[in-house]
Amino acid sequence: MMQMTGAQLMVRLLERQGVRTIAGIPGGAILPFYDALSGSAQIRHVLARHEQGAGFMAQGMARVSGVPQVCIASSGPGATNLVTAIADACLDSIPMVVITGQVPQAMIGTDAFQEVDIYGITVPITKHNFLVRSAQELLAVVPDAFRIAMSGRPGPVLIDVPKDVQNQLITITESELPAPAVADPAPQLDMAAIEAAAKMINAAERPVLYLGGGVVASGAASLAVQLAEQAGLPTTMTLMGLGAMPIDHRLSIGMLGMHGARYTNFVLEESDLLICVGARFDDRAIGRAAQFCPNAKIVHIDIDASELHKIKSAHVAVHANVTCALEALLPRVQAAQREHWLAHVDSLKARFPMQFPGQDDARSHYGLIHAVASALDDDAIVATDVGQHQMWVAQAYPFRRPRQWLTSGGLGTMGFGLPTAIGAALAEPARTVVCFTGDGSFKMNIQELATLAEEGLNVKIVLMNNNALGLVYQQQTLFYGQRLFASKYRTEPDFVKIAEGFGVPAVDLDLADNPRAALAEALHRPGPCLIHATIDREQFVYPMVPPGAANTEMIGG
Amino acid sequence: MIEQVSDPLPQAGYAKVVLELDVNNHPGVMSHICNLFARRAFNVEGILCMPVSDGKHSRIWLLVFDDRRLEQMIRQLEKLEDVLNVRRHGAEHEVFERLEGFFH
Repeated sequence: MMQMTGAQLMVRLLERQGVRTIAGIPGGAILPFYDALSGSAQIRHVLARHEQGAGFMAQGMARVSGVPQVCIASSGPGATNLVTAIADACLDSIPMVVITGQVPQAMIGTDAFQEVDIYGITVPITKHNFLVRSAQELLAVVPDAFRIAMSGRPGPVLIDVPKDVQNQLITITESELPAPAVADPAPQLDMAAIEAAAKMINAAERPVLYLGGGVVASGAASLAVQLAEQAGLPTTMTLMGLGAMPIDHRLSIGMLGMHGARYTNFVLEESDLLICVGARFDDRAIGRAAQFCPNAKIVHIDIDASELHKIKSAHVAVHANVTCALEALLPRVQAAQREHWLAHVDSLKARFPMQFPGQDDARSHYGLIHAVASALDDDAIVATDVGQHQMWVAQAYPFRRPRQWLTSGGLGTMGFGLPTAIGAALAEPARTVVCFTGDGSFKMNIQELATLAEEGLNVKIVLMNNNALGLVYQQQTLFYGQRLFASKYRTEPDFVKIAEGFGVPAVDLDLADNPRAALAEALHRPGPCLIHATIDREQFVYPMVPPGAANTEMIGG
Repeated sequence: MIEQVSDPLPQAGYAKVVLELDVNNHPGVMSHICNLFARRAFNVEGILCMPVSDGKHSRIWLLVFDDRRLEQMIRQLEKLEDVLNVRRHGAEHEVFERLEGFFH
């Protein structure tokens, strides 16, 4: 028999689950948990400077490991500050367990100090959430939270724990401690649907394979590449799917959608079969739904049944774990060369290629990205913030492996980059982590420079500074009659001084005689670094599908 | 409990359907279900919820319209952790009809 508090039990259950790093910020209602955590020899706590930063650090760890990771905050503002990071994880299907302190149960509903209904607030942005009412409940809730976060389509789960529950004494025996959670078994494979899908692939003349983040989440990237090679399938990837197939693979046709290459969207336009694997026909990927792949039949494989037929009706819908589905599909798909179709794809690519103007000039946006990629190998992890720089990196960086690329896809959260990169470096300390950011995004979680300096992690921030909200500036220029409003900053902070003020070394490429050499040197020096580069505000992301238009109505590029 | 959750329906020409849900009985369940309908812009004409015998479970009856989003609605409901299963009945189901007496 052992007696412990609810807080000690929580720590014990997290340890048994294999949690080794937690990002968070303490506060009144979560102090019993922090007190218990201080006694843990297994769990390391990383003190963020804003709870949103802690949320994205957990995301960074989860995005590179694929395993649910934990962030923690106190009640009230601590909890609400996590909301954006939770919503972001929900839209990008990132497994995360969020623990918040809550005021004591007797005070719930009294507008107590730092009381907020975080349970109610997070209903629409979590896979599931819990308000724990006794220490005894923790024995079921904690493993359930991990199980739900990692089962099926992954996502965030919130556990709100009132302070009295954390302090409540519970007597249990070692054998009463639950086993660490494991994921639920994959859904039963519908073999008739698999046969039908194989038949359609074998019969197609102009098929395209369309890979999404589900391929990465399921660990099915190499199976997807195998399918493409076996059946001669030109393969496009969504923003979330980048890295599933190496971008320089002969069958890769790059990213589709709003900022995809012209030829990519033209290939899709001509396809007669779209094989959608772990993707969800997001509006940024498919443009106007009614005009997307107008001549194609659709095979849709997804672990989330509610994604099937949601935007586009599938001719064959396979509710399955992507890995299981591809394993079953492969022996049923005939080997095919598809010389005609692939030759046509090549000719479209030659006529409407992705263009990277200024690629050789390290002071231009594409040139800078190219120079970073040239200085690193495929072991590096690349995180971005949100905006023009994100799209340029998505277009130009040569992603060659899954989980190499961390970006806020669904929610498009500015401020995502730095704390996510910190999380990635916490999970993979031996790798170099590059965080491409813009000046607008960087300022949204700039306080995490302090965390970065404290942890001394190998994170290189490449700040592409145009002193503007570039994508807003671009849209106002293109679609709002050049009425530029609230998109340019009137003052410009000295980012080099800011970084140095936080204790992070900085390099200003604007002042470097040889920016390429200065960049490579900064990237190869161990530890954190800010690399500042001014870029031209008049450079836009092209091609661009205007919001609401069909993918074939691209402008520029 | 029965209430109008959303605005009167533009698609009033559609047939009505009754959905019967078995759910876990705890204070957050109604919030999960009502929130789902609200945020996905599904219309609900009526809701009725009562605990069943053991007190650990509840049954929820939903009166909805059979528009083309019904399938998606059911799939979203089935994803909720506390929803154990969803059964679909035609408009002839009498659960709401018998309640109508309380609304006149």
